[in-house]
Amino acid sequence: MSVLVGKDTKLLVQGITGKEGMFHATGCRDYGTNVVGGVTPGKGGQVAEGFKVFNTVAEAKSESDANATMIFVPPPFAADAILEAADAGIELIVCITEGIPIHDMVKVWRSIKDNRCRLIGPNCPGIITPGEAKIGIMPGPIHMPGNVGLVSRSGTLTYEAVGQLTKLGIGQTTCIGIGGDPVHGTTFLDCLKLFNEDEKTEAIVMIGEIGGTEEEEGAEYIKKHVKKPVVGFIAGQTAPPGRRMGHAGAIVSGGKGTAESKMKAMKEAGIHVCESPADIGETVQKVM
Amino acid sequence: MLRKGGKNGIFAFLVLIDSEGLNVEKRGRILKIHEFQAKEVLAKYGISVPQGYATETTDNARELAEKLGGYPVVVKAQIHAGGRGKAGGVKLAGSADEALTHAKEIMGKTLVTHQTGPEGKQVKKLLIEEGCDIAKELYLGIVLDRASYRNVIMVSTEGGMEIEVVAAKTPEKIIKVFVDPAIGIMPYECRQLAFGLGLPKELIGPAVKIITQLYNAFVGEDLDMIEINPLVITKDNSLLALDAKLGYDSNAMFRHKDAAEYRDLNEEDPLEIEASKFDLNYIKLDGNIGCMVNGAGLAMATMDIIKYSGGEPANFLDVGGGASAEQIEEAMKIIVSDDTVKGLFINIFGGILRCDRLATGVVAAAKKTDVKIPIVIRMEGTNVEEGERILKESGLNFIIGHGMRDGAEKVVAAVKG
Repeated sequence: MSVLVGKDTKLLVQGITGKEGMFHATGCRDYGTNVVGGVTPGKGGQVAEGFKVFNTVAEAKSESDANATMIFVPPPFAADAILEAADAGIELIVCITEGIPIHDMVKVWRSIKDNRCRLIGPNCPGIITPGEAKIGIMPGPIHMPGNVGLVSRSGTLTYEAVGQLTKLGIGQTTCIGIGGDPVHGTTFLDCLKLFNEDEKTEAIVMIGEIGGTEEEEGAEYIKKHVKKPVVGFIAGQTAPPGRRMGHAGAIVSGGKGTAESKMKAMKEAGIHVCESPADIGETVQKVM
Repeated sequence: MLRKGGKNGIFAFLVLIDSEGLNVEKRGRILKIHEFQAKEVLAKYGISVPQGYATETTDNARELAEKLGGYPVVVKAQIHAGGRGKAGGVKLAGSADEALTHAKEIMGKTLVTHQTGPEGKQVKKLLIEEGCDIAKELYLGIVLDRASYRNVIMVSTEGGMEIEVVAAKTPEKIIKVFVDPAIGIMPYECRQLAFGLGLPKELIGPAVKIITQLYNAFVGEDLDMIEINPLVITKDNSLLALDAKLGYDSNAMFRHKDAAEYRDLNEEDPLEIEASKFDLNYIKLDGNIGCMVNGAGLAMATMDIIKYSGGEPANFLDVGGGASAEQIEEAMKIIVSDDTVKGLFINIFGGILRCDRLATGVVAAAKKTDVKIPIVIRMEGTNVEEGERILKESGLNFIIGHGMRDGAEKVVAAVKG
């Protein structure tokens, strides 16, 4: 078992003929993901590096029966790409693009919230079920199949945590990067529910950061519903207030969204909170 | 644009800098602007603002005051920070002579407010503006609510005070309406706010209008926040935006090329400006251990572990997920040009990045920039052994960290001597 992505994933890549799109489409295929084609308006009918290219997502969907898409479209056009995928009935939309205007994203979010599709990201590394398939830009070889579900707002910090787990021989069911933007599709809460209901997932790692209140909401859910051990870390304990720390969503403003308040809420929910990012792997080992 | 890597990416970037002055499309940042510029934006959307003139010199202060055609006039320091009044940056003048005196006093002065930090900010621009007779001060502002993903309009009868203070002390005095971004602002929402403020009947119409106009500005200009504080009711019973503040979403600057000219480099840290030219995310901090990391989350976590190991981080620096050789060199130049930095911690989780290539880049950069301080490197990725051999044989002062904890402890020890 795993969540959201696996052997039955049939992936499209939007923006496949771009440099990044092609690089990571190939990376996903090499990892074992069933990449059924790509979309670049105006380049339909071509075959690029063995990938069939379509003009529209709707056309690609009807030809290939794709059920997932990975978006590499540049920021000015990314909102349009997400809505096109949703409209075509793609179930899982993973948007890697960083730098989408926030006013575009709130409109996208309002539009798709009642749709049956699920959006992961934007500004995220994607999602991977080790040994089965990946949709994203994460390095495959650092992962190993196993029983820990991981959810994070970060990219490389997620790799760091995964690397620690794998070195200790602890594998992962699925790792999800939900992205560093303030407005994003899938939340901590959504992922925690998925992992809680997934039989194979025996422990959960949640890696948050300053800004917003999603970690607190996740902690509230864990307190009420999760019996599996949960290990947590919050990045940005030393970040100055009022500054955006790289991610648009990572900001402490008006005294809200501090690492302190998140860590407190998580501890109160029974989550094993690591003070140091180097302790994530060892803490999981201890609690499992 | 997605992350750029490789030589061509950097070259294209330099060309962009030459033709357009400076890159303002720094992802995830907010473009802050001055009060007089914010008032230009408000006026563009039809909101009444006092007549005024901005100036970078005091030579024309008398002339500008006279041009306003009546007294009192107000001389206001233009810096990117609130709390100017209390710090002596806003003064009322009853004559052109007095306006000149105030202008001379404020221009060049370093204002220390709760938002500038202890070092303060030097005044390099002034706004000379007509005064008005104030009957009442209100607050009106819009931000995105991160919990509901709706635009929240806030009003309060406690105008002139900081909204955070009002929210902390008397939250009942803030009235909020959450606008669905897909529908946009509706008149009933504006009426709720206007009646909620207890405005007299004849001001309900004008208030509905100004709230709608402000919402249009918020969405139309792709703003991160906008506030009018205070929004005043004048003695002749009209609404006027006496002070204004707004920030642009830098991700949306491709739609607002004109607004890019609002950027004032005097208001930014010189090293942060340098970093922004090379697509690096850099924020200066107070400690003495520089850090260079790929990825924002890992960069924050690296600062945290330096502190956890007994040191103090000197900066936040994200070279991007790819960490190209050029970016590493520029990042190194920026970090070591800050002479409070006594040691450098490079923490790169490459994954698919080859460590031998990374090491070659770091060695070249360190030689070019003539770095004298100890450098601790922690690398993760393929070909780690080869990478470590390159560092060891370089003849430079590199210390290798095995994992984040070891790296952080080694750099803290190296700095403490």
